[in-house]
Amino acid sequence: MTDTQWPIFEVFHQQTRGEPHVHVGSVHAVDAETALLMAKEQFARRQACVNIWVVAADDITATPYEDADIFEHGTDKSYREAFGYQTTKRAKAVGDTEEI
Amino acid sequence: MVQTVLGQRNDKPGDPGYEESLARFEARIARGDKVEPGDWMPDAYRQQLIRLIHVHANSEICGALPEGTWICHAPSLKRKMALVAKVQDEVGHGQLLYRAAETLGKSREEMIDELISGKAKYSNVFHYPAESWADVCVIAWLIDAAAIVNQKMMAEGSYGPYARALKRICYEEAFHLTHGYDMCISMATGTKLQRDMLQNAINRWWEPIMMFHGPSDKESKHTEQLMKWRIKLKTNDQQRQEFLQKYLPKLFNLGLTVPAEWNLKLDPQTKEWTYAEPDWEKFIGVVRGGGPVSAQRLETRRLSHEQGRWIREALTAAARGQRAPMPAA
Ligand SMILES: [Fe+2]
Ligand SMILES: [Fe+2]
Repeated sequence: MTDTQWPIFEVFHQQTRGEPHVHVGSVHAVDAETALLMAKEQFARRQACVNIWVVAADDITATPYEDADIFEHGTDKSYREAFGYQTTKRAKAVGDTEEI
Repeated sequence: MVQTVLGQRNDKPGDPGYEESLARFEARIARGDKVEPGDWMPDAYRQQLIRLIHVHANSEICGALPEGTWICHAPSLKRKMALVAKVQDEVGHGQLLYRAAETLGKSREEMIDELISGKAKYSNVFHYPAESWADVCVIAWLIDAAAIVNQKMMAEGSYGPYARALKRICYEEAFHLTHGYDMCISMATGTKLQRDMLQNAINRWWEPIMMFHGPSDKESKHTEQLMKWRIKLKTNDQQRQEFLQKYLPKLFNLGLTVPAEWNLKLDPQTKEWTYAEPDWEKFIGVVRGGGPVSAQRLETRRLSHEQGRWIREALTAAARGQRAPMPAA
């Protein structure tokens, strides 16, 4: 009996307009249309939801976990973050008391 | 999609590089890292998780059966709608869990087949009948409570897909527990007939409830390994104790009692309950299919699997652009 070993679709759920779609799990379905139906039953039974995406799991390309070191920063990258700057203090020193 | 890499995994003792990989794996677990499907893991870790998640999924599916029977006999529309919602949740939990187990390399189909053929186990409590409406109340309150103790713990476990599924499940269980307690309060504060029905249900369910978290630590063979790999974070006896500490006072507060033969006593020093040891041989007989309604449960499951076949075939046919076959009259 292999009658429900259907393809896997990953499910992304959006709680309110303007929020990002978040991965919530996956369903088995014959096609994308039925995957939406299954996803609605499985993941949108009670919490707020305005939109669902389903994506065939086979269509997702992912980095392998063994290669997580590709995300390691080779150098100090604080220069590209707001927290990397002491500007509030420096602005105050030059007489700027407003929020920067 | 992260696929489970088949082929040479070198994940068994004696395989080349096994000891080094194991040391790295155990160091990760000790750091509190989550394990994801494509990661190297010892075969024993994989097999233990498949076994546990499979049994857990089966229990959700079989747990819907005693409650499902009572949907048409619910005492009010509100209780009926809540029960329908709970049963739907439980079946949904089963699907989430089969999916989590699948990421370890066993197909959902195989797991469903092994349940129906009686090869795979499910929780001891669902081998017993729900004889009255009060049983539905006891199941929803105390059995869901016992399950929540277990699921909250497992949700902190080391395997990512299982932990994620359990977080979602625990969220839904909160409704089951609240509704179950609400029903028990109604019965306990109702007529004498209702109170007697509830007490009678507790008397019958207390033994399966005491057995729910599984054999005593003295008898449980896998515990040490499971805890080391953070598949489990508490022993069976610890979970049982946690359940008793939290729910016995609530039960007594409703004027209910537990059968005297369990000899439940609160140790004033340790604040722990002591109790008569359940008959673990009996427990093993029940989970192997020797419970009062074990055969009936599997028959119901098999029947509904068969009755749903036409819609699965229709969906498959429609996806291929064919005309959906209709069920035989
Ligand atoms: Fe559940
Ligand atoms: Fe539940």
